[in-house]
Parts: sequence; C-alpha cells; structure tokens
Amino acid sequence: MFSTKNLKLLWGPLNMNNPVIVQILGICSALAVTAKLKPAFVMAVSVTVVTAFSNLVMSLLRKGLPNRIRIIVQLVVIATLVILVDQVLKAYVYDVSKQLSVFVGLIITNCIIMGRVEAFALSNKPWPSFLDGIGNGAGYGLILIVVAFVRELFGSGTLWGYRIIPESAYLHGYANNSLMLLPPMALVIVGVIIWIHRSKNRDLIEK
Amino acid sequence: MNKNSNTYIIIYASVMIVIVAVLLSVAAMALKSRQQANIVVEKQGAILSTIGLGGDADKVKDKTEYIKQEYAKYIIDSYVVDGEGNRVQGAEAFGLLDKLKEQYAKPQSERQLPVFVARLDDGTVLNVLAVYGTGLWGPIWGYIALGDDWKTVRGVVFDHQGETPGLGAEITSAAFSGQFVGKTIFEAEQFTGISVLKGSGASAGNDHAVDAVSGGTITSRGVESMLYSCLEAYLPLIRRQRAEQAQPELQQVSITDLTVENNE
Amino acid sequence: MESIFNIFIRSIFIDNMVFAYFFGMCSYIAVSKNVKTALGLGAAVTFVMFITVPLNYLINEFLLQPGALAWISPKLAEVDLSFLSFIVFIAVIASFVQLVEMIVERFSPSLYNSLGIFLPLIAVNCAIMGGSLFMQQREFLNVGEAASYGLGSGIGWWLAILMMAAIREKISYSNIPAPLRGPGIAFILTGLMGIAFMSFLGIQIN
Repeated sequence: MFSTKNLKLLWGPLNMNNPVIVQILGICSALAVTAKLKPAFVMAVSVTVVTAFSNLVMSLLRKGLPNRIRIIVQLVVIATLVILVDQVLKAYVYDVSKQLSVFVGLIITNCIIMGRVEAFALSNKPWPSFLDGIGNGAGYGLILIVVAFVRELFGSGTLWGYRIIPESAYLHGYANNSLMLLPPMALVIVGVIIWIHRSKNRDLIEK
Repeated sequence: MNKNSNTYIIIYASVMIVIVAVLLSVAAMALKSRQQANIVVEKQGAILSTIGLGGDADKVKDKTEYIKQEYAKYIIDSYVVDGEGNRVQGAEAFGLLDKLKEQYAKPQSERQLPVFVARLDDGTVLNVLAVYGTGLWGPIWGYIALGDDWKTVRGVVFDHQGETPGLGAEITSAAFSGQFVGKTIFEAEQFTGISVLKGSGASAGNDHAVDAVSGGTITSRGVESMLYSCLEAYLPLIRRQRAEQAQPELQQVSITDLTVENNE
Repeated sequence: MESIFNIFIRSIFIDNMVFAYFFGMCSYIAVSKNVKTALGLGAAVTFVMFITVPLNYLINEFLLQPGALAWISPKLAEVDLSFLSFIVFIAVIASFVQLVEMIVERFSPSLYNSLGIFLPLIAVNCAIMGGSLFMQQREFLNVGEAASYGLGSGIGWWLAILMMAAIREKISYSNIPAPLRGPGIAFILTGLMGIAFMSFLGIQIN
C-alpha cells in the first residue's frame, strides 16, 4: 500500500519534481487567487482532489480507452470532476467560492491535471496514479500557499484574515506594501522561489 | 472487439455521456436548494450589516439559521416602488435584488426598485435601498440605509465581483463603508449624492463626501457614480417621504421639486 | 459601437490575459524561446479565441443560462443548465482546436512541427477557457461584444508572448545568475512587464 516507491510518488512532487517550479506547469489560473491565504488554500485543495480523482478514473479507464478520442475523454472526466467541486463549493463554502469566481472553472485547463494523466495515469495502476495525483496536487498547493503567505503578510499585514502585524507598527510608520497585492508580484515571487530552490538544487540549473 | 473501430468509439462515447449527464444532474439537483439558500442568506446578511446587525454571524454555529432569524426580527417591511415613487402592489422586493442590473438599465419610468424597512431595538426606523453599478473590472453593488429623515446615511455595504484585492476590493472593508455613516445626501433641498474624494483626509469636514480607497481610484469613482445615479432613481420616493415629514416652510423651499406635484 | 471598440482595447491592454490574469502561462513560458514559434502560436490562439468566445456566447445565451430555453417552449423557462457550462465550453474549444490542428498540419507542416505538443495543448490553454468563462461572467449584451472581447484577448496574449520571446532572445547573451536562468527570469520579467502594463489602467474610450 505505502511502499517506498509509492511514498516517493507522494513526496517527490513536493520538492525535486515540483510541478510548478520544476516542471513549470499549472501556473495559469492559480496565481490570481494568491492575494489572500484562504482562497489559495481552497484552490489548492480543489486542485488536489481533481488531480487525484482524474488520475484514478483515467487509470481505471486506460485499458478500454480508444486512442482517437483520448484527449476528449480526459477533458470530459476532468470537467465533470471540476463541476462537482464547483457545485460543492457553492453549496458549502459560498463566500470562498465567490472569491474564486471563474478560477474554479479554470482548474479544467490546469496543465498539471492533463499532464499527470498523460504522463502517469495512462501507464500505471490506479493506486499509484491516485497517490501521484495527490502528490502533484500537494506540490502545487505548497507553492500556492507559500506565495499567498508572502503576499497576504506583506500586502495586508494579515494571515487568514487575522491581523499579524500589530497596530503599533503602523503608528510607527510601517505601511503595507500594496504592490504585493497586485497580480504581477505573484509572478516575481514565484521567480524568486525558483531562484532559491535552484540554488539549493544545483543540478536543476539550465545550461 | 477492436478498440479503434467506429462502433466501439461511438458506444464508448455514448455510455460516457450518459454516465456523466446522470452524475452531474443528480449533483446539481441535490445541491441546488442549498446553493440557493446560500444566495438568499448572503443577501439577507448584507442587508442586516447595512443597518449594523448580524455581526455575530461568524461566531454562531448555524449561520444560516441565525441570519434568517435576525432578518425576520428586524426587517419589518419591504416593498417595491416604481419610477414615480409609488408603491407597486403585489410585487416582491427580495426577488428584485437579482434583477437590479436590468432595472437600472431601464428608463426611469419603467423601473421597479426594492425598499426594505428595518426597525432597530431602540425603535429607530431605517430604510434600506439597493444600488448597482460598475467598478474597474466588473459590476459592484451594495445597500445604503437612510435614516427616518430620508437624508442621513446610517450605513452602507458594498460588494463587488472582481475588483483588485487589497485596492479596489477595499470598498467592502469596514474602514471605507464606515465613513458613510452620518453623511447626508441633500444640501438644503438640493440632491448631492455622496462624493468619493481622492487623497487621505480630502473629505474632512464635508457632509457629502468620503475618502476614496487608496490605489482604487476607478473603483472609488464607480462607487460615487453608482450612488448618485441609483439614489437619483429613488429620488421621487425620497422626496415624497421627505415632503410628508417636512414642516410647511421646508416645502416652500422645494418649489421646483417633483414633490410639489405629487404632494396631495 | 463605442462599447465594442472599448471592450476590444480594454481586453488587449488592461485585462491582458497574461499580465492581469496569468492565463496560458504554461505555453507562454515554454514556447517563448524564439520569436518565430511565438508568432505562430499567438496567431493560433488568437484565431481560436476569436471563434470560440462568440460561439460559447451563443450557446450560453440560448441553451445554458437560467431561462435560456424559453425560446423553444415557455414550459422550459424554468430549466437552468448553467451547471453544464464548463463541460460544454471545453468541448467546443477542444473540437475547434482539433480542427485548427488539422488545418495547420495540412497547410504549414513546418509550423506544425515547431509547435509540436503545444498545438493540441491549446485546448487546455487557460487563456481560451478563461476567455469563455469571463465572457459568461461579464454578461455581454450581444454577440458583437463577445467577439470583440475574444479577438482582443487573443491579440493581448499574442502581444505578450511576442514581447516575451523578443526579450528572451536578447537576454540569452546576458549574464544571469545561474539558478535564475530559464523559467526563473521569465517569471520575473513577466511580472515587471505586468507592472508596466498596469499603467494602461483607467483607459476608457467613450
């Protein structure tokens, strides 16, 4: 069940094989929801669920799948899962689902999901595929949460909506950096994360 | 059977479509009532916070039930007015909240707008009006509570679809909406609306203006024009209500107003 | 008329798919290594968006949104199929991309080869799906507005990838810190370009 090989599927994407900062996948929609920690977290969980289950379903279907309609079947499976997630979010965490707005729908086009189905689930058994999905979703979520942490802390002085930087700091001339809240800063932060990550893992450096 | 034959593909696709369709319809139907309840509670909650209530919603266990009870307790009446300020019989105010965009797009004479009447614990009566406009990225909307004099703002709540977080989106913050409390929308009998002025402290001492959110100039401008045009749509009602309360000498001031013709 | 033009300009410069929403980043980063390929992919994306956004607009207007089926029979006015919109939009996009792929393969094999895997991946290019979803959210008044939004967003994406490719061709001779080479510097550059694009905020053509 949890052999070393399977555990590697789970932990690999968190670091050396991270889908966002190493494989450069799935940056698309996600960074727009990282101005605050809470929507980023919900987004991360949603993507993990969709990645894991689309991997599972496609791995179960892989034997009988006609090659000519492969892509469209994948899209249908992924879109169905995303609609389910969207409906559940609307029903149970309505305020967050409002903040995520169109970005829930954009999970469909998140390259990580398609990428993992193509590269892993179609040639592996269901259980490892499921773990691979969770691992990659979590690897993606990790980056999302780190970015959101930095942006919310320095941009609004809060975390998860709670004030972290004390009022007294503002009285002494501290000011929130609203640049952090602007969309472009998310990209710069990811760039910096890549920078740090690659200087620690020098074999990832491009020639 | 050959996996790449047309028959196989067609059967495969059909089975797939049926499964997906059933799954999605079941999910949509099962969750629909809950989703709609969320939308209703959200609107009721927004109306309540306009009049400064419902603040404990996040602390109580059952938010939905709490909001419903509070709403039933404090909102004592709601009605629909037409473009001339007459009540429309038999129209339902709450349902109109979904159609604000349509209503404000119509010419004044065809508009129908909702009004909610609240009575607080101390007996104060407030009138809550619904407004709708455009910000930087998309629609913005909100509620404004006028006091019994139909002149003083007693509270506002704004919401938006996709304004920039931390900048334009700050119109939802208490720091911004709190500024509106106590401002007035009339100078003598002249309708002024409420201006949103750029620069911190720009509105100091001004009864008809508040400070804009910093970095959200266009959203702030959107709030200003939304308030002006939407309150203008309510003006026939507001003037009539004010005329009913006013002393005789006040009525003479408003000679040019609609209220004179309507004042029976 | 003004509003169509307004939407067009806004969607290129202000609501730019890359700089304001980071849509289509996967192929944006991966295919922006040289100008020629970027030009081809940008053209394909623009074309697909120009067609699919208005197409999805019509589908949304006449089939999916609450009460949309009323034109068939008044009895169907209560039907709300909006929960199907994701799946219908992506199906329209995917089948249209398939069509474009076949056309490109037939008429320009060299472009087809250089775009490689990214041609079928246009289907999962967030910019295109994002275009359709924003179209639904913004409630455009007519199909002309939707088409102008689709075209504008496509051109905005095209512009972004072209600029990026040009910059990356230049900086390949620069002495960048080793860990930043490749995607790292591309992200930071995109962020800086995004800040530059923010100066277009507030443009309104009335």
